[in-house]
Parts: sequence; C-alpha cells; structure tokens
Amino acid sequence: MFFGQLVLRGRWHIVVFLAPAVLVYTAVMIVPLFNTLRLALFTEVDQQRIFVGVQNFRTLFGDPRWSESFWNALGNNFWFFFIHMLVQNPIGIFLAALLSHPRLRFAAFYRSAIFIPTILSFVIVGFAWKLVLSPIWGIAPSMLDAVGLKSLFAPWLGKEGSALTTLALISVWQFVGIPVMLIYAALLTIPDEILEAAETEGITGLSAFWKIKLPLILPSIGIISILTFVGNFNAFDLIYAAQGALAGPDFASDILGTFLYRTFFGFQLQLGDPHMGSAIATAMFAIILVGVCIYLFGIQTRIRRYQF
Amino acid sequence: MTSKTHALAAITATLLGTTALSAQDVTLTIESWRNDDLTLWQQQIIPAFEATHPGIKVEFAPSAPAEYNAVLNSKLDAGSAGDLITCRPFDASLALYDAGHLTDLSDLRGMANFSDVAKSAWQTDDGAATFCVPMASVIHGFIYNKDAFAELGLEVPETEDAFFAALDAIKEDGSYIPMAMGTNDQWEAATMGYNNIGPNYWGGEEGRLALIAGEQKLTDEAWVAPYAQLAKWGAYLGDGFEAQTYPDSQNLFTLGRAAIYPAGSWEISGFNAQADFEMGAFKPPLPAGATDCYISDHTDIAIGLNAASANAEAARTFLDWVGSEEFATIYANALPGFFSLSNFDVAMEDPLAQEFVSWRGDCNSTIRSTYQILSRGTPNLENDTWNASAQVIKGAETPEAAGQRLQDGLASWYEPQQ
Repeated sequence: MFFGQLVLRGRWHIVVFLAPAVLVYTAVMIVPLFNTLRLALFTEVDQQRIFVGVQNFRTLFGDPRWSESFWNALGNNFWFFFIHMLVQNPIGIFLAALLSHPRLRFAAFYRSAIFIPTILSFVIVGFAWKLVLSPIWGIAPSMLDAVGLKSLFAPWLGKEGSALTTLALISVWQFVGIPVMLIYAALLTIPDEILEAAETEGITGLSAFWKIKLPLILPSIGIISILTFVGNFNAFDLIYAAQGALAGPDFASDILGTFLYRTFFGFQLQLGDPHMGSAIATAMFAIILVGVCIYLFGIQTRIRRYQF
Repeated sequence: MTSKTHALAAITATLLGTTALSAQDVTLTIESWRNDDLTLWQQQIIPAFEATHPGIKVEFAPSAPAEYNAVLNSKLDAGSAGDLITCRPFDASLALYDAGHLTDLSDLRGMANFSDVAKSAWQTDDGAATFCVPMASVIHGFIYNKDAFAELGLEVPETEDAFFAALDAIKEDGSYIPMAMGTNDQWEAATMGYNNIGPNYWGGEEGRLALIAGEQKLTDEAWVAPYAQLAKWGAYLGDGFEAQTYPDSQNLFTLGRAAIYPAGSWEISGFNAQADFEMGAFKPPLPAGATDCYISDHTDIAIGLNAASANAEAARTFLDWVGSEEFATIYANALPGFFSLSNFDVAMEDPLAQEFVSWRGDCNSTIRSTYQILSRGTPNLENDTWNASAQVIKGAETPEAAGQRLQDGLASWYEPQQ
C-alpha cells in the first residue's frame, strides 16, 4: 500500500532504495519471528506436527512444573536486570562524568580500558571470571588473604544465594563500557555556554552535575535503560558459559534464555521440544515487547528534550 | 567465439574429471561428540581402515560434547549431517531412528559379534531393529593415588566402613584432599556419585528393571540409601567444592593434591598422560552385610548410518569394519577405559584399564539406572538426578526429600509408577 502509493506518485526510487533493507530485515528477522510464534501453536505426536492452539501456553503457565521453572527464570531475569540498573548504569554515569572532566589526564586510555571488556567473547569472560573466583586456583581467595580478609571468601558461583548476583556483576563488569560511552557522548554535546551561564549564577562542581548535566542526559539514560532491559531479558551466553545449561546451583541462575535453550534444543538425555521452546520464546518476546512499550509510551514521551 | 568454446570445453572437462574422481573416492564424514579422540581417529583408526579399503576416505568431524545432541539434530533436520552418526545410548538415538534419520542395521554382518545386552542401548523397545553398531562401554569406580595410600599406610577399601575410615584417615593427616569432586557441573555428582555406588544398593539390573516395571519406587530404601551415602561425602571434598568444576577435580587429582577420585573409566588415558604418580582403582565399596558386588558397566557409545547418506554402501562397509576384531583391538588399546562391547577377547595393555575390566569377572554388570526409558518424559529423571545428587552432597536437601521429589517427578508422566 505504502509502496504502491510511492510508485503511483512516480517516486519509485524510494522503493528501490528501501528494498534491500526491507528484504534483508524481513528474511532474517520478521519471518523467523512470526514462524516462531506460529510454531508455538503446534505440537508433535508420532512424528506428525499437529495444531493445538494455545495448549502449549496452558502447559507452560498451568502445569506446576513448567510454571515453576518459568516464574523462577523470570524472577531471576528481573533480579539480573535490577542489578544492572542498580550497579551498571550509576557506575556508567559516574565514570562518564569523570571522563568528561576537561582536566583529566590519560582520558583516552581510560576510555579504551573501560570499553575493551565489551568486545570480549562471553566464553572468554565466563571462563576468566570462573578462574578468578575459583576456590582452588583463583586469585580472589589469595588476594583477600593478602589483606587478611580470607574469611570473606566463599565459592560464590556455587552458592545458591550468591550465584546469580555474582554472574550479574560479571556481566556489569563486561558491559559497563556501553553506558559510559553513550553518556560520555551525551555529556560532550552539552554546550559550554550553558555551563558557563550556570557558573555565573554560582552553580559549579557537583551541583552543576545534578542541576544542569543530569537533566540534559536523561534521554540518554532512558535509552540505556531500555537497551539494558532488552539485553538482559535476551541474555543467555554468560550463564551458559559459566554455569552450563542446567544453570546451577539448583537453577539459582536459570534465566529465560537458558530455560529456552534447554527446552528447545534439549539437554543430555532430555530431547528438544521446539514447540514448547517456541512457546517460551513467544512469552519472552511478549515480556520484552511490553517492557519496551511501557518505556516508549510511558516514559520516553514524558522526558523533556532541550534543543540547543 | 573460439576462445569461448575452448573455455567451455575446459570447464566441462574439469567438471567431468571431478565427477569421475569422486565416483572412485568416497569420503565418509563421522559426526561425533568425542573431540578428545580427534588425533586417535586421524592417526590410528582411519589409517587402519583406509589401508585395507582403498577408495573410501573417512573424515572425523566432532563437535563439543555438551552441544552435540542439539547440533546433530539441527544438522539432520537441515540435511547437512555426516554419513556416519556417533550414537548416544537409548532415547536420543531411538528418537533419531523413529524420525527416520538412522538406518536399521540389524542385517549388518558385523552385528553378529555383539551380545544382546551390548545392543540393548541401540534397539527399539521390542528389540526388533538395531540401528547403531556398539563401540564401547565405560565402567565406574574409584581411582586412587597409590603413593598417597602408601604414605599414609592405607589399604584399598572393600567395604563402606573401610571406605569412610580411609577418608577419615586422609582428612586427619591433612596433606591430601580426601576426595576430588565438585558440584558446580552437577553431572559428576549423579554419574560418578549416585550411579557409581548405587548398583550395590538396588542390586544392579534387578533393581533397575524393577524400577522400570513400576515394582520399586525411588522412595524405597534401596534407592534412597545411595543418597544417604552421598550426603556424607560433602565433608571429604575440598574447600569450596560447591564452585569446583569437572576440570578442577581432574586437575586436583592428577596434580597429586587429592587422594581419591570417583571416576569413570574414560578418565584413564587423560590421567595416564597427566599424573606422575602411580594410580590404582577400586570398585564401589560394599554396603555392610552385602556379599555380591555390582558395577555400572555402561553402554556408552555406538555408531550408526545417516539415512540420508549418499554413500550408504561405503558407510556400511565401514560399519562392518567397526564390528570387527581389528577395530575392537585398536579402539580398546588406543583409548584405555573405553571397553569393547564385542564378543572378542580383546587384550589390553594398560594396567589401570585391566583393573577396571577385571571387575566384570567378579561382579554383576548393570547400566545407569536413569538411561533406559525413565528419562523419556518431562521432568527428565536424569537431569533431576543431577540436581538431586548435587543438592544432597551440599546438604541442601535430605536424601528422603530428594527421593520423594524424583519419585513425584517420575510418577507425573510414567504410567507404571502411577
């Protein structure tokens, strides 16, 4: 319709320029997405795929075993997200504020050092941190020992109470560079005139940050929050690399991504069930969609933007 | 025009040439999860086969063990899997056969060299069709550091009491970690813990089959008692065993820092290469009052034919050879700890492997309790057993509660248990 109108008006060149992106995006994103949604409505009986409507969802939310795993994974996911919001983003803002300080020396070095973990593979990060925190070979126990705090050490990744939080903090370590970069860029765009004007009014230092800079970078913080939300609810790699598909101990670090993987592809003697897997994927999609919508319509439209 | 024709002729000739060549030389690709065995296949097994079978080339293409099932299923569905498929025991392979991905090999000549028990892991439930050629089994037990035992003046424990007395003595002395095992990866607790010592309590095959038939329950004393033993293990594992991984445990033992390692025989070749002390093995200790011993001699690995293979004829030739004495001898000696399932009397040189295989003479063999039929539904009994064993060792769940949880899970989908 839209394209038809364009062609009718003789603006076919717009169609030509849009076509590659639309085709590629449709082929690799939209079609698989809808196919997953469709797959969730089927099940397999005796090698035959049959349509069962919302039966898979009824099982997922109605069967106590399935729903317990699902809610456990969802709760863990929210905790994972919560730690990121609580730790990653404030630290990101803090580091960006330091980096944007005009008199900071070696700023380029710090910038790279903070950003480098972001480009590392999850497998490397998971493996390296497992070694660091290993009670047998790790440097964490000996470092604590050196300052006389050995008693504080525990096998954090192996304890139900601390495994998920530890993994979330590892993820924060890896990805803190992204909010730093985005907020750093936003801070640089604040014109000096505004800060100077504020200075003549007697607003300097910390109060300049709270009263001038922070309100101006709020849109960036909003974007970062939603990126964190989508990233966290799609997370899988780090948990899988560090704890395996069973997300131990006792599913304490199981998140939707690992739950989906186990169900869809199967694990050890458990055979994969693509249909239940798709039902979980659909639920994840719905959760992320709702989250993004709340942000888009509830928050983003209310953030005040300033034009310089 | 002429140059074009020439070019075309040249291309045609090349194409024809390649087709003619590939008609002579068939390349078979093997899908496997044994990436540890890559050099063994490339340097010993494949050359031995190719030497006697000109015209057939074999390529061994393994993927990571944890991902194998998922990767293989995707490849089979996409039609890009290799000609020969390494078979996991029981349901994973049975599902592939039911889905038409594996060929029925019952009429293969080499199959005559295997007993019914050996073939049971790769048959339909009624035993009518066998779809993989059995390669090897693994035996569970304990590997110990002989030097450490000599240093502390310890005897090899035969009974449970002696076993815990030995652990106490090692702990008391303090120079070694009594036992190297962690619960981070969970499967060790179930495979090298529960299914290692368990058969002595549930009476091997008898108990296993009774459980499948629904005559025994996981809450019965015979099935809870091994958990009660595991619950006592926690005190003898190293500091921070909760976060200790499988490679951590292997390294702790081969570095000589731990005295006993709950093992599967597949560890032998790796340990031989790593450890510079003498190792011995002992079978799961007998519970008080028991006289007959049982060991887990688990049918672990086989190889089948991809139904979509374009080279089925050559692949059958290869599979026939896998059933031969030549293959059994090469395999068992190159991979000490993977014991041949064939009827041939295969001579092995490795002393540790000999020790393990000698138990077949003294004890009754069985396979892991959770593998046949019982892990077919959701919740998956094998996965639950991993979780329960790890929880019990950590002291986070009582043996009775673990048994009850597993029984409830099994009964939720398995009719004979309802």
